[in-house]
Amino acid sequence: MSEATFFVEAPAEGGTSRRGLVLRTLRNQRVALGAALFLAACVLTAILAPWIAPYPLHEQVGPVFGGLSWQHPLGLDDGGIDMVTLLIWGMRVSLVVGFAATFVSMVIGGAVGVVAGYFGGHTDNVLMRITDYFLVIPDVPLMIVVAAIWGPSLFHIIIVIGILLWTSTARVIRAQVKSVRERVYVKRARALGAGHARIVLRHVLPQVAPLLVASTVLTIAVAIFDETALAFLGLSDPSTISLGSIMEHAFERAAISTGAWWAIVPPGVLVTLLILACSLIGGALEDALNPRLRVAHLSARTFRLRPLVGRGKDAL
Amino acid sequence: MRGTDYVLKRVFFAIVTVWVALTINFVLFRLAPGTAVTNLSRVPHATQQLRHALEVEFGLDKSKWQQYVIYLKQLAHGNLGISYANQQPVSTNLRIALINTLPMVTVGTAFAIVFGIFTGVIAAWRRRTKTEGLSVSTALAFYAMPTQWLGLMLIIIFAGIFPTAGMTNEFLLNPPFWTHARDLASHMFLPALTLGLTLYGEYTLIVRSAMLETLGEDYILTARAKGLKPRTIVRKHALRNAMLPITTLIALSLGYIVAGAILIESVFSWPGIGRAVYEAVLQRDYPMLQGAFLVLTLSVIFFNLVADLVYFRLDPRITE
Repeated sequence: MSEATFFVEAPAEGGTSRRGLVLRTLRNQRVALGAALFLAACVLTAILAPWIAPYPLHEQVGPVFGGLSWQHPLGLDDGGIDMVTLLIWGMRVSLVVGFAATFVSMVIGGAVGVVAGYFGGHTDNVLMRITDYFLVIPDVPLMIVVAAIWGPSLFHIIIVIGILLWTSTARVIRAQVKSVRERVYVKRARALGAGHARIVLRHVLPQVAPLLVASTVLTIAVAIFDETALAFLGLSDPSTISLGSIMEHAFERAAISTGAWWAIVPPGVLVTLLILACSLIGGALEDALNPRLRVAHLSARTFRLRPLVGRGKDAL
Repeated sequence: MRGTDYVLKRVFFAIVTVWVALTINFVLFRLAPGTAVTNLSRVPHATQQLRHALEVEFGLDKSKWQQYVIYLKQLAHGNLGISYANQQPVSTNLRIALINTLPMVTVGTAFAIVFGIFTGVIAAWRRRTKTEGLSVSTALAFYAMPTQWLGLMLIIIFAGIFPTAGMTNEFLLNPPFWTHARDLASHMFLPALTLGLTLYGEYTLIVRSAMLETLGEDYILTARAKGLKPRTIVRKHALRNAMLPITTLIALSLGYIVAGAILIESVFSWPGIGRAVYEAVLQRDYPMLQGAFLVLTLSVIFFNLVADLVYFRLDPRITE
């Protein structure tokens, strides 16, 4: 850490103790730890897809809607393609979309939140107004319209989801930046003549970064959900296979009336687990990192609360 | 006095939001690759003159600003254009679709609110018990499920028991009222249940955390010290106060309801506004898509305003 933290008395200021907090949270919350391990396993599987997928992705290896067998533990889809292979590759695309879109929204939301919280005044008013409008306009229909106009492509899907999901991140970060800005060491840095850029990058950003990550993990869940929705409406790239498009194909090719439940149940279960894992990790991290959620009444019991989205400028 | 200020402020915000939505709608569709003319003038031997005539006809020779003004004027008259797909006015199509959507969405949402509040309150009250664990994990699971997939699962489970597609049985010709009502209800069951279940998970979690917060307040401790029955404390002291954040959050979940309606109607071929969006996307029917987007956005803005006013009614203290 920089010299500015030298005089600070609060315990959780240093980077290491923050990191310690994250680790402690994960250790204390078994569920979140399990979720993190599951997500890590999924990411690893997705990265290793070309090597561990048991069958080629575009090749018919058995009968159409072939049932479960030792060679194909989850059966075959409408093109006679192995379901396990499809799921591994589909998860890869879904995760790429989830992470990339979230990265876009993290950059936008983080920037808006930091700028609004740090500069305050008119800048804050204008940016929060814009955030309010984005919050009211329903994002899925807007995504559908934008995706339909731009045409189906993975890149478009990522950008579309990314530019519509930043609002909650911006609000959480803004509130945090507002409090960090008033801390003594920031004031000292300013008194020493540090410019805005330096204060934001060296002193504010490191403090809000963990919260930014927590809010980001929650956004991954929404991004994956939205990707399956868009893919299901036929708005994803027809040449790539994501978990959403596996569901769409199975639905379109009448997997249900054929009785081929294996073509439609596993992708949904996988998406559910991914969303669940991200929500649990994000929730646990945010509980630990967002001071506004640490409400201890009557000191005997501590209630860990989820963010209550409210109204007005200081709402979370 | 400050109360009226608040109401006026929220109404003003809603009106500005409507304008923002209209403008987004205009700009987005002007960004679409090609114009109506590009497609129409793609006939063999299309001349520059034909192209120009078409441009004049569609008003595309005017400046973007003039087009924007005309667009707003036509909207004020309720003109949303003509659907490419069935050559009917978009507003007529959408009115029919909206009438079909409303009952399904209302039933589903009502189910979710009642059930969500019920399980949420129980989960908060029975804190640190198996009841809480069970209801929270069930709620989380439903919250995490992709809506369309949940619909498909319900189709697999209930196929043969309930109809899985459409809104009415088309072979019933001029049925008596009760037969028709029963037919409609049985068709509505699965779509409404899907919507209800996806929302129920979210609502349970919201209600639980709002209740936990109020149950930690000092006045609850006072009520307990007074020796009031737990049931009275929950109903009269905790839930009443917890209703404030719950109202706000339910209002903010309207976007999810809209998204849910689009996916659910696509799965169950319910001829509502969500299905209109789906078909407009498939057929690249831009006027329909534009109109449907507008109606969905306006309804979300409208119900948000309603929620703001309800909030004010529940708690007149807020004046921002």
